[in-house]
Amino acid sequence: MASSNDSIKQTLLIALSLCVVCSILVSGAAVILKPAQDANKLLDRNKNILSAAGLFDPEVHSDADVAQLFAQFTPRIVDLEQGRLLSEAETDQLGIDLSTYDPRRAVNDPRYSRALSAAQDVANIKRQLLYPMVYVVGSEDDVEQIVLPINGYGLWGILYGFLALEGDGNTVDGIGFYELKETPGLGAEVTNPRWRNQWPGKKIYAASGDVALDVVRGSGSGPSQISGLAGATLTSRGVENLIQFWMGENGFGPFLQNLRNS
Amino acid sequence: MSATSKVLTKPILDNNPIALQILGVCSALAVTTSLQVTLVMCLALTSVTAFSNLFISLIRHHMPSSIRIIIQMTIIASLVILVDQFLQAYAFQISKSLSVFVGLIITNCIVMGRAEAFAMKNPPLISFMDGIGNGLGYSVVLIIVGSLRELFGSGSLLGFQILPTLSSGGWYQPNGLMLLAPSAFFIIGFLIWILRSRRREQVEIREYRLAPHTVEEGII
Repeated sequence: MASSNDSIKQTLLIALSLCVVCSILVSGAAVILKPAQDANKLLDRNKNILSAAGLFDPEVHSDADVAQLFAQFTPRIVDLEQGRLLSEAETDQLGIDLSTYDPRRAVNDPRYSRALSAAQDVANIKRQLLYPMVYVVGSEDDVEQIVLPINGYGLWGILYGFLALEGDGNTVDGIGFYELKETPGLGAEVTNPRWRNQWPGKKIYAASGDVALDVVRGSGSGPSQISGLAGATLTSRGVENLIQFWMGENGFGPFLQNLRNS
Repeated sequence: MSATSKVLTKPILDNNPIALQILGVCSALAVTTSLQVTLVMCLALTSVTAFSNLFISLIRHHMPSSIRIIIQMTIIASLVILVDQFLQAYAFQISKSLSVFVGLIITNCIVMGRAEAFAMKNPPLISFMDGIGNGLGYSVVLIIVGSLRELFGSGSLLGFQILPTLSSGGWYQPNGLMLLAPSAFFIIGFLIWILRSRRREQVEIREYRLAPHTVEEGII
């Protein structure tokens, strides 16, 4: 028996049939489970957006509420260079389909993004998406609330999150990070509700129009200061840098400027 | 004790894959910061070990020896992908926090070790049981490590606050070290120490011995 097992014919036969069986199993599971996985990913992203906007409280809301809560948000594309929301036709023209557009993937696509020079790259993210997807409550002329995607380097890796602003384009409604590699218990405390609770009501811009929001060491005071996290100086600095970058002239600055003027 | 219950219970204390065989320590460090994640990882590893043992044992008489390891790897890898897909579909948050470690079950020495050491030489049913037994042995250590780390690192168990932490207005200052990988090393080290001082037969024989002095009176 042992010798017949080791013949070339038997080896090939076993290898081939094993590969067929395993690939059918794996691909079958992938195809059957894909709808559930996609639904999970969407739910997760929407929950992050709601949570940044301060609308989702895990103690009050369940996953079942997400779809209903999220219904008030309209996904839109912002053109950062022109500083305005793109219309549906313009979005189509760019080849962006809102239902399948993946901003995290598009950042590596030269059509939609650009490389940042060292001087511009305050948040240390190397490439920047020029057509980020934002979520708007209210109509285009009368924005009530807007949720902006933000990212930037902390201590160990890039933090990804959302910042929710009121319709004045200046007052913070909330901040939330959904992906980070910061140290648990130290830098990862940026996800702690107690730390995030100091954000709502803060002003991003000073009267001069410069980004005033500041994550300070120790306890912050005043309309634009956030207390940094004790023991996580570099993460706090990373959060400050990413706010500086995304709210500044290379980020959403011009867009928010227009929003404030309108 | 019947053979089945023997293969089921032996790996828990007598032949623990982590404490005695020192296998699978990598994931024991990585996924034990919270108990819930730990439990899912235990379940994933136990089912992969059990089913890979079952399938490998089923075809053990037809396996060409030249591609034996590749066949085992293919079976294990397929099972791990299945588990990963299921987690992504039905336990998304947990699969997010387990991240790559589900995929890394493929390289977990326990799975491969049991396939080589047990499933290749024994019939399917008992091999399946052996897989479950070793999964349990792994789980026992992981659950102990996970409970200690979550309790002292975040003051909670399974997400329920047990010790109210300072940052949420209580009195407990969480031990940050517990949330970092080295703490699992210390805990596993202590576990092995406790286990081996109770069961002396598990203490390894020294691999070397200092040679006796050749000069009676040392030159000082």
